Amino acid sequence: MTELAQPASRRRNWRSAGLWIGGTIVGLVLFCALFAPLLAPHDPFAQDLTRRFLPPYWMEGTDPAHKLGTDGLGRDYLSRLIYGTRISMLIGIMTVITSGLIGISLGVVGGFFGGRVDDVVLFIITCRLSIPVVLVALAVVGLLGSSLTLVVLTLGLLLWERFAVVARSTTMQVRHLDFVSAAWCAGASRPWILLREVLPNITSHLVVVATLEMALAILLEAALSFLGLGVPPPAPSWGVMITEAKEYMFFSPWVIMIPGVALFVLVLGINLLGDGLRDFLRTGETS
Amino acid sequence: MLRFLVRRLIVALLVTATVLTLAFALTRLSGDLAISIAGPNATDRDVELVRKAYGLDRPLIIQYLSWTGRALIGDFGESYFFKQRVATLIGDRMPITLTLGLVGLVIALVISLPLGILAAVREGTLIDRIVQIVALVGQAMPSFWLCLLLMIGFGLQLGWLPISGTGSWEHYVMPGIVLAFSAIPALTRLTRSGMIQALGADYIRTARAKGLSRLSILLKHALRNAAIPVVAIAAVQLGFMLGGSIVIETIFALHGVGYLAWESIAKNDFPVVQAVVLVLAVIYIGLTLAADLVNAVLDPRLRGA
Repeated sequence: MTELAQPASRRRNWRSAGLWIGGTIVGLVLFCALFAPLLAPHDPFAQDLTRRFLPPYWMEGTDPAHKLGTDGLGRDYLSRLIYGTRISMLIGIMTVITSGLIGISLGVVGGFFGGRVDDVVLFIITCRLSIPVVLVALAVVGLLGSSLTLVVLTLGLLLWERFAVVARSTTMQVRHLDFVSAAWCAGASRPWILLREVLPNITSHLVVVATLEMALAILLEAALSFLGLGVPPPAPSWGVMITEAKEYMFFSPWVIMIPGVALFVLVLGINLLGDGLRDFLRTGETS
Repeated sequence: MLRFLVRRLIVALLVTATVLTLAFALTRLSGDLAISIAGPNATDRDVELVRKAYGLDRPLIIQYLSWTGRALIGDFGESYFFKQRVATLIGDRMPITLTLGLVGLVIALVISLPLGILAAVREGTLIDRIVQIVALVGQAMPSFWLCLLLMIGFGLQLGWLPISGTGSWEHYVMPGIVLAFSAIPALTRLTRSGMIQALGADYIRTARAKGLSRLSILLKHALRNAAIPVVAIAAVQLGFMLGGSIVIETIFALHGVGYLAWESIAKNDFPVVQAVVLVLAVIYIGLTLAADLVNAVLDPRLRGA
């Protein structure tokens, strides 16, 4: 008995390690975003052309006032990195809210009513899937001009399909369960049942989708900004930082390493958190 | 089977029609197209000339119908910037993007199939965990950043591969690797879970009882069954990859359809932009249709859906 139980518990330990690591990373980034003005040692927009490309602290010729060095305009890299968390987190959270509203409404309605309504919902999801996201996002921002609001709106309107798929399938599972039938018998209205009976019972699945979408939105924003069609400079978006540093990367690779590693670690953290939450919620359901 | 086929085809056609409309609407988002085409320094007279020349003075519905009608027979009009037929432009660039997509898919399959099988066979061991961590890392890697890292590593420091451009096969290696990265996590996870499910099935126990070799059980019996969803997802992934190659093509200056789209967006060349959106969407619709049909042939249970 104990022999059989051991691998499962070990796996759980490993998974919960992922949950903790992911949670810590996301928590730290969120902290940086909230308290950026207190944490950043310099103004992220202040230029000093006499102090361009100071190397970070682990290299030679560094300046202790600039722990991570300075960029091509002499702006403090650490400060820009810290302020950059604001853009990434804002994009991630706002996109998840927008796409979550669209996707969950569609999915719950389709899964709950079934039949023709569900056919329409499935059709909308299929249409959305066939649209090349990156291309359309680039085209929209290219046409309407780059701004943070527009990036959030575009990504929110494009990235809802996973919410819809998961909300739809989980609603289908829930709607035939006893407590929903009981609510019907008790004379509850449709909106009441949808909001008070169905939605709370599919939330755990949706939370996991939210982490995945947040990671995707942050990656896409960085990619759009990198191509010059996302958040416009001089905003310290990590994508903008990488694109500004691109010209110099062959001479001093650290200029693209610092924002790139930050982006990678944040996305990894969000994914770890999502994976960990999924397992945590799954074990919670079975026990 | 016939009913399934017809239904699936009708849905595919309806989706195509919707995408057609969306591609048209996309370019009308900015309001007045003529102002955008004429450029920031144009006078009112110039704008009026442009509006006449491109038929933008007609009612929107007429513009829509005329564009749709022509698009259906493969005529996307003329590029504003290149002064060439859009269809010719896309036709010239498409082989490059398709090659890149296939290279990416092959690299992704070569890496993710063995990894997925290995993880499934050694389920719950250290190897399984390492494979899952590799998938997580792949998922978190920003593709545009990976492009730059490969350029520095293979292009500059090792000098093995050209940093950018189009031409020889060597230009496809680095973009192919980056593109593969986007598909490896999903394919590895799917192979792993499919293999775990297949290895637990009754027919595997039967095969074991018959005394077949481990390798034969693994490859002939389990993998064949686990491969069905992987093939389907691989087709879908190829569609995503063609759409996602725009970033990679732009960075490596690989002159495929993605690069064309990026140039056209930067130059307000709307006929090209809407045509590329449409063509990529149609390719994706075709690929998913093909995947569904292959699945239905392989697994009769799916035909009811």
